[in-house]
Amino acid sequence: MTAGAAPDVWLDLPEKAQRRTILAIARKELDDAVRSRWFWMWTVSFAGLAAVLAMTALPASRIAGAASYGRTAASLVTLTQIIVPLMGLTLGAQTIAFQRENGALRFLLSHPVNRTESFWGLYAGKAAALTAASFAGFGTAGVVTALRSGGGEAGSFVRITLLAWALLLAMVAVGMLISTLAHRAPSALGSAVFTWLALVFLGDLGLMGTAVATRLSVPMLFFSTIVNPVEAFRLAALATFASSFDILGPAGTYAADALGAALVPVIVSSLLAWILVPLAVAWFRFTRHQDL
Amino acid sequence: MIRIRELTKRYGPLTVLDRFSLDVAPGESVALWGPNGAGKTTVVRCILGLVDYEGSVQVAGLDARLRGKAVRARIGYVAQELSFYDDMPLEDVLVYSATLRNVPVARVGTLLDQFRLHDHRLKRVAELSGGLKQRLALAVALVPDPPLLLLDEPTSNLDAHSREEAIELFEELRREGRTILLTTHHMEEMGMLVDRVVAMDGGRIVTECPPGELAERLGLKVWLHVILRSHDTTRALEALESAGFAARTNSAGILVEVPAQRKGQALNTLHRAGLEIEDLEVWT
Repeated sequence: MTAGAAPDVWLDLPEKAQRRTILAIARKELDDAVRSRWFWMWTVSFAGLAAVLAMTALPASRIAGAASYGRTAASLVTLTQIIVPLMGLTLGAQTIAFQRENGALRFLLSHPVNRTESFWGLYAGKAAALTAASFAGFGTAGVVTALRSGGGEAGSFVRITLLAWALLLAMVAVGMLISTLAHRAPSALGSAVFTWLALVFLGDLGLMGTAVATRLSVPMLFFSTIVNPVEAFRLAALATFASSFDILGPAGTYAADALGAALVPVIVSSLLAWILVPLAVAWFRFTRHQDL
Repeated sequence: MIRIRELTKRYGPLTVLDRFSLDVAPGESVALWGPNGAGKTTVVRCILGLVDYEGSVQVAGLDARLRGKAVRARIGYVAQELSFYDDMPLEDVLVYSATLRNVPVARVGTLLDQFRLHDHRLKRVAELSGGLKQRLALAVALVPDPPLLLLDEPTSNLDAHSREEAIELFEELRREGRTILLTTHHMEEMGMLVDRVVAMDGGRIVTECPPGELAERLGLKVWLHVILRSHDTTRALEALESAGFAARTNSAGILVEVPAQRKGQALNTLHRAGLEIEDLEVWT
């Protein structure tokens, strides 16, 4: 063997990001996830809980017909708004912070790979793994629902699944942002758990408290709700099977009256913004401000 | 091959590299030598573009900041910490590296044979011994058959046998005509591998010279721990002190401070005084 004897095809790689490299990194992330315990823990837990919810909610639907499909869907939405953000935030937050700490990121970036390729590869791989885990849950619940009550509400079920996917992508994006901002892996994980608490519990309770204390107007209450991605998911998911938003109180009634058919697109836009904005900020931070 | 000018790296108020400049010619083998914190690893990380820096770094005429991918395509890198992915099988690490470098995967088979890793290819990285990890690290570095190798403390985590094996591998790589830049604080074992030593301290170059001259240039001293067969330490101390050596007893023998390149003189002094040496250790 002599130095530099290999073909020189690699010698003038263009500096721009290459899809081939991003896919290689994403595939490696996905393989890592499938090899890991956490992936199977989340997948089995989510699928198991979703199946149990579908089975326990469905006896009523056999009595009351398709109208009580809503019970299954509402249970699944509640489960999703707790589990999916926790899964996306914590695992997204570990992506860069953990690999930076154990040196794997340094190993990756010692190759002819730029930071943009690394960032999008890591995000795509993590998002793909978590998508598989959450789809396994929805798939299980969907099969149980279809077997026990027929497939009449399949359209609604698919829409809820897609909304949950959007929520998942948003949470992984926020997790990645936390990961680029944190100096240590444990602090990234702690920040992710705090963010989850803030979005799922504090957001809801805090909003109610603020609304009462400051006599928040109904439009402000509605917009404060949809800027929280978890609440935005809940609203959009309810819209797929609920005949009215009365169950959401004055804000729901206002939303239906003020936005009409534009309501769901507005909420989905909020979810999309929660995917794109954190990703853009995280990418900017990762590519410009980090020593390894 | 490498041209570094006025390289400066600061972490907050701490200056790790201070206007560091270095040229390494194609085919040359150079060691960055110095204590921990001298800035050796930071130089390597700057060349790889892993950290931001002031100044300029060029590899094969390419600016490392502007053409990072092209620069790294020419470099095989062995990291100080072998922080590969612990759950990955050994072979997958090589395949992944080949994929990232757009090198045909057939190359992996060649490297598995060359580094005698074939029988271990299905083992997870976490299951590998230090020596095997080191061989894997070198195999990964050689995936693109690079003209330039950066070896960061390549023997620091190895036992004596693995270290000897690694040094043989490095000698072979050197004979192949690759340019090598390595960092070390063990000049005794790495000195024979390089054409030139660049001694660093506090982020600056202290001196540059052939490895054989380093100890004299820097006035390096070592301690010889000598166990005498007769345990006649009084006579030994007299002989050494009259020959100009600083010496003292310890619980098991005597300690003699000697210039690093003149260890034999102290031993000759003891021999001439008729004292037989039973055992000897060199403490740096």
